[in-house]
Amino acid sequence: MTALLVADRLVCVRGDRLLFENLSFTLTPGDAVWLTGPNGAGKSSLLRLVADLLPLTAGQITRPASIALADERAALDSELTLARALGFWAPLDGADPAAVAAAMTAMALAPLADVPVAMLSTGQRKRAVLARTIASGAQLWLLDEPGNGLDDAALVLLRAAVAVHRAGGGAVLFASHFDLALPGQRQMPIGDERYGGPR
Amino acid sequence: MIRPLAALFVRDLRRAWGSGTIWLPVAFFLLVAMLYPFAVGPDRATLARTGGGMMWVAALLAALLPVDRLVRPDWESGMLDQIALRGISDEALAAVRTFAHAVGFGVPLLAALLPAAALLGLSMVQVQLLATGLAIAVPGLATLAMLSAALTASLRGGSAIAGLLVLPLAVPMLIFGAGLANPAGAGALELLAASSLLLTAIGPFAIGAALRALRE
Repeated sequence: MTALLVADRLVCVRGDRLLFENLSFTLTPGDAVWLTGPNGAGKSSLLRLVADLLPLTAGQITRPASIALADERAALDSELTLARALGFWAPLDGADPAAVAAAMTAMALAPLADVPVAMLSTGQRKRAVLARTIASGAQLWLLDEPGNGLDDAALVLLRAAVAVHRAGGGAVLFASHFDLALPGQRQMPIGDERYGGPR
Repeated sequence: MIRPLAALFVRDLRRAWGSGTIWLPVAFFLLVAMLYPFAVGPDRATLARTGGGMMWVAALLAALLPVDRLVRPDWESGMLDQIALRGISDEALAAVRTFAHAVGFGVPLLAALLPAAALLGLSMVQVQLLATGLAIAVPGLATLAMLSAALTASLRGGSAIAGLLVLPLAVPMLIFGAGLANPAGAGALELLAASSLLLTAIGPFAIGAALRALRE
């Protein structure tokens, strides 16, 4: 099976702090890897390293797959309606407008299509970010606290979307402070305890 | 490659012209033209002699008006990260956004030139020289605005510093631009074009480096 991501002996230093070192892992189609660790352990930094948004201190990442990142920032124009704000990304993703509509349906956002992004609640915004990730068609999803702000119904939608994605040969690397209980998920603790959160 | 960049350009232009912001440089330009005669007196000859230079200063400052909207909101909303994630280089984004800003403020600015010139009593020849000069300078001015926007995006109250940062770089364009109207100013047009071209050419790389530094 071809790997979607190969990370080899990653080292991450932010400011003067060593967050983690010698972190190696491989993601193959169907994988779901759950990053755990205290606040400030470097989970988000690892996701940004994988997305090539942060320079590596040392180590090597091979990224044969397309990557989508869903973090706490929506990256949707707040003055636009939800459908148009999500639609903006379609040409950048090389995606079909139909993919955007399908992603909105998957996150139960169709009734909110004409609502300006600025009017969305926290949970609705999080669902919009997930819909953007789904619509991107990327093979590897990086999800930073995907369950934050989601109610039980939305969590069910999230699990279903991830299941469809994995069944279609995709993989997810996600950081979450609670167990999303994805079938067959692998846990990967991040960070040296000496540098972790309050103990 | 063209479709994503076109989408970025359309978005930038929509944000520049949406919700009435297209009137911002126009209103600013006309305000200066209206206030200037009160400050220097209504003498026609003085106004005609100095008004052109005043218009250049106003155009330079009008380019800097939207500096806090050019980069910072997109940085805060994660838009820049998502764009970078889709394989669009920082330089390409910088070039597209500079172009969109040039169109976004340059076109309304040139449109505002006529009423402003009328307020100052400038002659038709002067208006032509101003329009030519400003049209040449707009890409350079847009580059300077984008550069300062990218450099100051992570600073609180950065737009004040933005002005200080770029004013020295704008001085050559200001000198040659205003020099167009001077009968002794031979070669001013070429030098103005050269200054604007130089800024426009190195702009995407400087702005791209500043955008990259933002992610660190």
